Amino acid sequence: MFFQQLLNGITLGAAYALIALGYTMVYGIITLINFAHGEIFMVGAFVGLALTYIVKANIFISLLGAMLACMVLGIVVERVAYRPLRRSSRLSALISAIGVSIFLATLVQLIRGPQTTNYPAGIIANTVYNFASIQVSKLQLVMIVVSALLMLGLQLIVKYTKIGKAMRATAQDYDAASLMGININRVISFTFALGSALAAAGGVLVGIYFNAVGPFMGLSAGLKAFAAAVLGGIGSIPGAMLGGILLGLAEISAIAAGKSSYTDAIAFSILFLVLLIKPTGLLGRPIQKKV
Amino acid sequence: MRSLDLIFNDYNLRILISIGIYIIMALGLNLITGVTGQLSLGHAAFMSIGAYASALVSMQTGLPFGLALLSGALAAGIFGIILGFPTLRLSGDYLAVATLGFGEIVRVVLVNMEITGGALGLSPIPTKTNVWLTWILVMVVVLAMYRIENSRFGRALLAIREDEIAAEAMGIHTTRYKIMAFAIGAICAGLGGALYAHFITYINPIDFGFMKSIEILNMVVLGGMGSIPGTVLGAVVLTVAPETLRFVDQYRMLFYGAMLVMMMIFRPNGLLGGVNFTRLVLKTFKLDRVRGKAAVAHRVRGE
Repeated sequence: MFFQQLLNGITLGAAYALIALGYTMVYGIITLINFAHGEIFMVGAFVGLALTYIVKANIFISLLGAMLACMVLGIVVERVAYRPLRRSSRLSALISAIGVSIFLATLVQLIRGPQTTNYPAGIIANTVYNFASIQVSKLQLVMIVVSALLMLGLQLIVKYTKIGKAMRATAQDYDAASLMGININRVISFTFALGSALAAAGGVLVGIYFNAVGPFMGLSAGLKAFAAAVLGGIGSIPGAMLGGILLGLAEISAIAAGKSSYTDAIAFSILFLVLLIKPTGLLGRPIQKKV
Repeated sequence: MRSLDLIFNDYNLRILISIGIYIIMALGLNLITGVTGQLSLGHAAFMSIGAYASALVSMQTGLPFGLALLSGALAAGIFGIILGFPTLRLSGDYLAVATLGFGEIVRVVLVNMEITGGALGLSPIPTKTNVWLTWILVMVVVLAMYRIENSRFGRALLAIREDEIAAEAMGIHTTRYKIMAFAIGAICAGLGGALYAHFITYINPIDFGFMKSIEILNMVVLGGMGSIPGTVLGAVVLTVAPETLRFVDQYRMLFYGAMLVMMMIFRPNGLLGGVNFTRLVLKTFKLDRVRGKAAVAHRVRGE
């Protein structure tokens, strides 16, 4: 029973971690909470849904399609709403981000209607594998494997490619990096593209897992993922993964304890406690006040 | 008299009350976000605390309306301070997220508590709010805000907005000032919520979600952050606009979102942000010279 819940928690947590990575990367580079990230996750879920219905695509093709579409969307959002504000106050940028998130949620609602829709049944076969006393459904297996592969890919990009090196340099010191000849705008666009692609993958997986996709799913999922990012230490990529998994476990244990109506409050209480006790999160670097 | 009846019909009076309630709440948020520069995304939570507290006082104890209003405002104020102590040590984005989390926690608790009627909400709350009372309270709040803005306290808040570290270095106890700003803002929101509860007569946790906080924030942002006339203008425009634009109701939020982005890009201080009204009036009527002379006279006399 315990291991079963542990597995459920990790499955959900892996999806949260995928979304949390986008927050963490953007925050690490331009110290902006990308409020629209939750909505990009929602759009990803819808694009994946549309692909599975319209082209009867294979789930992995839908996943790729959603990731590509959201990459473009992420770059566009950054261009339109964040780039003009790069030199203004952080309050302005944050309000602009909130504006984008409302805009996207309403736009999808106008196109699709406010009701939630389902992924077609049997998109992932209902097979259940038994390992000792633990039951693993094929869906859970897909979620964990896809998330793990994506995170591994991200680590490889950030650690071993040239643009990954540029990202790390920019995160360390924005101005110095630009003086060293790094094209900051390109790095930021790339970061948004990467983060949005991961969010889209998360959107498709969570959409199938809960079997409900709606225009307002972005808000609460986005906030939870943000809580996960803060829990792990915002700006830290391993932190986002750890935070996501911990949050997933916390939520599943709440459901197991029969308090499922409180799951949202649990995510925010954790967020609150972390902010109070260790504002930089579990794996975060200390914030330095500049005078 | 007939023409007066046409203007002051039931529908218009209701809009007038709505405007008043939103002005009170938006001025509270303006003090927190516009004047002190602390982005709060949980203003609707304070509104809900005020609404529920006053409604419960009215419905359970039958105390007079004045006391219900007062308890709503006080309850919200107390929560403002409770939230203030720990979270105001955070700054900027972290504070925004913490207030947002606070708002969601309050909503979940209201849905799950029995005394608040859960997801069904509370009704019927006695109808007590009227135009006179609302607008007298609006006047009181506007005057209070002006007094605050032009006091030592208000200037300390502005200093915190401009540069928190510098303000601290100048000896301003930033945490205490921020908590006080939060408490006053929360009291305004609670007062507005109490009026709202006794006006709509039915309250429900869904009414006080994240979007309501954003609506109030929009009023402050559109009108002008830190500007009292601006905030009043923002509250009036954004309360009246949805009424006149009923036929495009579903596009309203689309417009809201786009507006937030465009305002931040083209006019980050809002329509009237940074406009000093006293100076504007003096300038328009060419009174500034007179005042200038008076000031010179004062200086000469060594005052």
